[in-house]
Amino acid sequence: MKPFGYLRVSSVEEAVRAAGEHPGARFLAGGTNLVDLMKLGVEEPRTLIDVTRLPLDRIEELPDGGVRIGAMVRNSDLAASVPVRERYPVLSQSLLAGASGQLRNTATTGGNLLQRTRCLYFQDTSKPCNKRLPGTGCPAREGVHRDLAVLGHSQHCVATQPSDMAVALAALDATVHLHGPDGERSVPATDFHRLPDDHPEQDTVIRPGELLTAIQLPPVATGTRSRYRKARDRASYAFALVSVGAVLDVRDGVVRRAALAFGGLAHRPWRARAAEEVLQGAPATEDTFARAAEAELAAARPLRDNGFKVPLARNLAVGVLTDLAEIEDPADPGPSRPA
Amino acid sequence: MNPHFPPGPPPYPLGAPLVRREGREKVTGTARYAAEHTPPACAYAWPVPATVARGRVTAVDTAAALTLPGVCAVLTHENAPRLATADDPTLLVLQEDRVPHRGWYVALAVADSLEAARAAADAVRVSYATEEHDVELTTGHPRLYEPETVNGGYPATRERGDFDGAFADAPVTVDALYTVPPLHNHPMEPHAATAWWSDGHLTVHDASQGSTKVCEDLAALFKLEKSDVTVVSEHVGGGFGSKGTTRPQAVLAAMAARHTGRPVKLSLPRREMPAVVGHRAPTLQRVRLGAGRDGVLTALAHESVTHTSTVTEFVEQAAVPGRVMYTSPNSRTTHRVVPLDVPTPSWMRAPGEAPGMYALESALDELAVALDLDPVELRMRNEPDTEPDSDRAFSSRHLVGCLREGAERFGWQPRDPRPGVRREGRLLLGTGVASATYPVLIAASAAEAHATADGGFRIRINATDIGTGARTALAQVAAAALGVPEERVGMEIGSSDLPPAMLAGGSAGMGSWGWAVHKACTALRARLRDHVGPLPADGFTVTADTRQETSERSPYSRHSFGATFAEVQVDTVTGEVRVRRLTGVYAAGRILNPRTARSQFTGGMTMGLGMALMEGSSLDPAFGDFAERDLASYHVPACADVPWIEAHWLDEDDPHLNPMGSKGIGEIGIVGTAAAIGNAVWHATGARLRDLPLTPDKVLPYL
Amino acid sequence: MEPTNQPAAEQRSALVLHINGTPQRLTLDHRTTLLDVLREHLGLIGAKKGCDHGQCGACTVLVDGRRANSCLLLAVAQEERQITTVEGLAEGERLHPLQEAFLERDALQCGYCTPGQICSAVGMLREVADGFPSHVTPATADPTVPVELSTDEIRERMSGNLCRCGAYPRIVEAVEDVAAAGADGHPAGAAGRPGQGVA
Repeated sequence: MKPFGYLRVSSVEEAVRAAGEHPGARFLAGGTNLVDLMKLGVEEPRTLIDVTRLPLDRIEELPDGGVRIGAMVRNSDLAASVPVRERYPVLSQSLLAGASGQLRNTATTGGNLLQRTRCLYFQDTSKPCNKRLPGTGCPAREGVHRDLAVLGHSQHCVATQPSDMAVALAALDATVHLHGPDGERSVPATDFHRLPDDHPEQDTVIRPGELLTAIQLPPVATGTRSRYRKARDRASYAFALVSVGAVLDVRDGVVRRAALAFGGLAHRPWRARAAEEVLQGAPATEDTFARAAEAELAAARPLRDNGFKVPLARNLAVGVLTDLAEIEDPADPGPSRPA
Repeated sequence: MNPHFPPGPPPYPLGAPLVRREGREKVTGTARYAAEHTPPACAYAWPVPATVARGRVTAVDTAAALTLPGVCAVLTHENAPRLATADDPTLLVLQEDRVPHRGWYVALAVADSLEAARAAADAVRVSYATEEHDVELTTGHPRLYEPETVNGGYPATRERGDFDGAFADAPVTVDALYTVPPLHNHPMEPHAATAWWSDGHLTVHDASQGSTKVCEDLAALFKLEKSDVTVVSEHVGGGFGSKGTTRPQAVLAAMAARHTGRPVKLSLPRREMPAVVGHRAPTLQRVRLGAGRDGVLTALAHESVTHTSTVTEFVEQAAVPGRVMYTSPNSRTTHRVVPLDVPTPSWMRAPGEAPGMYALESALDELAVALDLDPVELRMRNEPDTEPDSDRAFSSRHLVGCLREGAERFGWQPRDPRPGVRREGRLLLGTGVASATYPVLIAASAAEAHATADGGFRIRINATDIGTGARTALAQVAAAALGVPEERVGMEIGSSDLPPAMLAGGSAGMGSWGWAVHKACTALRARLRDHVGPLPADGFTVTADTRQETSERSPYSRHSFGATFAEVQVDTVTGEVRVRRLTGVYAAGRILNPRTARSQFTGGMTMGLGMALMEGSSLDPAFGDFAERDLASYHVPACADVPWIEAHWLDEDDPHLNPMGSKGIGEIGIVGTAAAIGNAVWHATGARLRDLPLTPDKVLPYL
Repeated sequence: MEPTNQPAAEQRSALVLHINGTPQRLTLDHRTTLLDVLREHLGLIGAKKGCDHGQCGACTVLVDGRRANSCLLLAVAQEERQITTVEGLAEGERLHPLQEAFLERDALQCGYCTPGQICSAVGMLREVADGFPSHVTPATADPTVPVELSTDEIRERMSGNLCRCGAYPRIVEAVEDVAAAGADGHPAGAAGRPGQGVA
């Protein structure tokens, strides 16, 4: 780890200004991924701008029924938030399915969304990696890649985006608020992470010097249910092999609205638009759910050792949608937990 | 008559569930491990691993590193202190330009702070002349050869009767290949050493399972008398074999301390450990069983293929348990090995037995299915009268008792043998069983027993407590031998300045140390009994060693045995396997402290659970290193993976062991557990998976 | 004159850290983690370095009452935080109830993960009291009511602390003992309602 300067800022404007004044600066929030990557030599900031004291640590209920989550809200606070648990169970569940109690207490909402791939080659500076050093190659394609992408990967990168929370946000049609040198802007969560194409070094559409300030969740229609489910190698404290976040509104046995997103399949949370098209207006049956999942996964291009992710994703999607659809009583807050 | 004698019956006899002696220090955070000594002016070292899999170092550019603030030195093969030869060539670090595998240390940065040392190591630029490497183990590898012996000193090959003929004639057969991937010990405390030189005397606090050997090795490497070296391993954060013999951190810290003239502390980064502290070598094991329709084995072949490094030969003795376990008049047990450009394998908890019994006990289960016979019953029908390989009598063997009691406690019966028929929602449930065994090993040790004038006792022996509770159990042995309350016995262990003793490994620590302690205390007790009047001011001291007792080969085959029962659930949606419960029953001689013994058994079973379901790394063919090197990618069981686990033991009275009648319990818990779980997965799903670990990618295609 | 063996002035800071109730004045290289400050600068060796990357939990301490991996916290960013380590749990000779329970249950072997397990358990019991759900909390659970601490809940919530010796069943029993006695050592609800921001 190379020496670096350290600044503490107290307003968003000050943070953005500081980033402009310090080339090679990075914002430091919880640091659970950034400090890890600095120790590995993957990240080498010249200055850290500590944004943990910014007044971005609130979860606000909005007049329209939505919720705005400050970027500095800790993962454990977000998962425990009563309005989030009541209206967006998929989000709370996704957070609780990730990391550990210690890490969730430290990691922030913004940092969680910006965490980087756990591809083993990306984390090893003694090896080539197009994401870390563009143009050096992608040894994962032919190497150890059981955990890597089956959808949307390119010749240059087969990494997966590791955040569970990001999958839930994609399914919830959340909006990401950014504040940069040119002012504020917002980006749909589904467009926030990129596919690798020719530029795997860019995980997201965030621009240099921009600070992620908040996540906004739109209101949910009454009767909508949501759930997150994750498959992993051990029962806890492990990244997803595949995960699914689903939001479903079924009336009279027909799907009124469905949103589905996969984790562990691609360089970004994979919003399953093709599946949603099949679901929309179709009878809420296991057969429909299977057709929907298969429609989405038809585009999968597994690597040598990760073909299992395709049936796993299909099974998870069908399982979660079936569970969500099975409960007919709109007064019921949701299905019981996954076993 | 000495006022402290004659002793009455000891208030804390052997077998009392005493709380471990160092427990309070451990729960308050004051127990000091190897890297937790910071002498004045202590410097910090950080290693530089090779980034090629095979070749030579052509240049090391340390200029940039040396200009960084706080950096004292960079040691390389060009400037590091010269070492004498060692019997373990993995210790000859920074002596030559050869790179035998990726991750081999090629330099060591030393600085005033940890931060500066890490930065300096990052700044060292190493150039290499690379050579083609080969890290891929296959059953048909052209360079496979048959070694003379395998780990433990066993012959690589044993043949009895006519295996080929018997197998060809057997009405019921099994022929299957089982694979176990490379496994990593990953003790929670990384390998670490703090070293300093003072007037020619080298002192090292080392994370070691046995500092007697570390002291001997360092003395040899640095051309010193053993009396010029002190190695302390007072508290050790686990080892599981990986700290069994000297590891590079002790040598590197001592070299750096000599080079810089300062104390030096070195703690190996977690992700570098798999390359330099040993691993369980992968094994490809073919097992063939032939049996009559009554289930009695007529033919048994266990042929294991494994790798070693180009640095030294280490052969995992996976086929050895087949020589002990079952009736097998016609038997072939073989090992072949190929030296690859890989890190040097070494001991990991129950080397040989853990992977070997996975294969053998899985094959037994396959045979039970082929015979339509209950797998517990099949094992009972193959109980031998004597050790099959040697025809020696067993000093004690209660495998059948373990199977019976385990089946009873677990609720094995009634059991529907059909696979894939127990559903609970989307889960499939199944149960499985496997046997376990581990040899009784023992090695010469010395101990000193001292009686103080005020009625106390002090026992000195270079035993090591790596979490086994050895400190506590040895005090119990001493108290029992002396016939005094345990509180009056002080224990000094964990330093090479103490009487030399066996390392904490091979489940042989307690038996070896306890024997020496027992002998010294027995002699001291006799001396005290004969003594009239008060003790002299400096008390009495008696030393004893067990060279004589341990040099004689026992006429008996001496082994612990056990049986493990597992219930699993398999998620048909995801292929995730989780263990619901594990029951282990062991016959391991006399249990000296049931509180700490239970932790040993269940801890071993937990590591077996990891081996079954999640542990394993891959050798990256392109780069030659283990791909999964940290604790995020190499999964060990977490609390949520470990359900209800129970361990029990039979009262076993074996007069052919040692004065305590103990067999050693550190390893048998891992043996058999992976097979029991794999067999339960078959029972749950009908899928016979022979390639560990049973992760969702492997299980899902069969659901 | 600048000491020559330290990083440049803008790469280190003078600061005060509050450790176990005691302010500690230090000048630190910005790269120094809280874990390394405790172990190498202050001689508080209770927090352990198992992986140095947030993958094992051996370094767990309490930061403002909440458990955290001290290996991933830069010390310079911890000013104003109240840090509690395992050395700060006992009151004099009187052990914290969790320390007692770990001893009695033999919830440790090599002991290297133990301080982290104990700090984690202290923080975890407080999280439960504060109504934090976990991965195994039923989705049907009322979010306004604290979770009942079942064995499954303890296992899941303690999964951020790896133990290679496999002491997990005994650790769970030790935590159960203390939870049953209601002796988490902290008044319930001290951190405020869940979801109300950083305490």
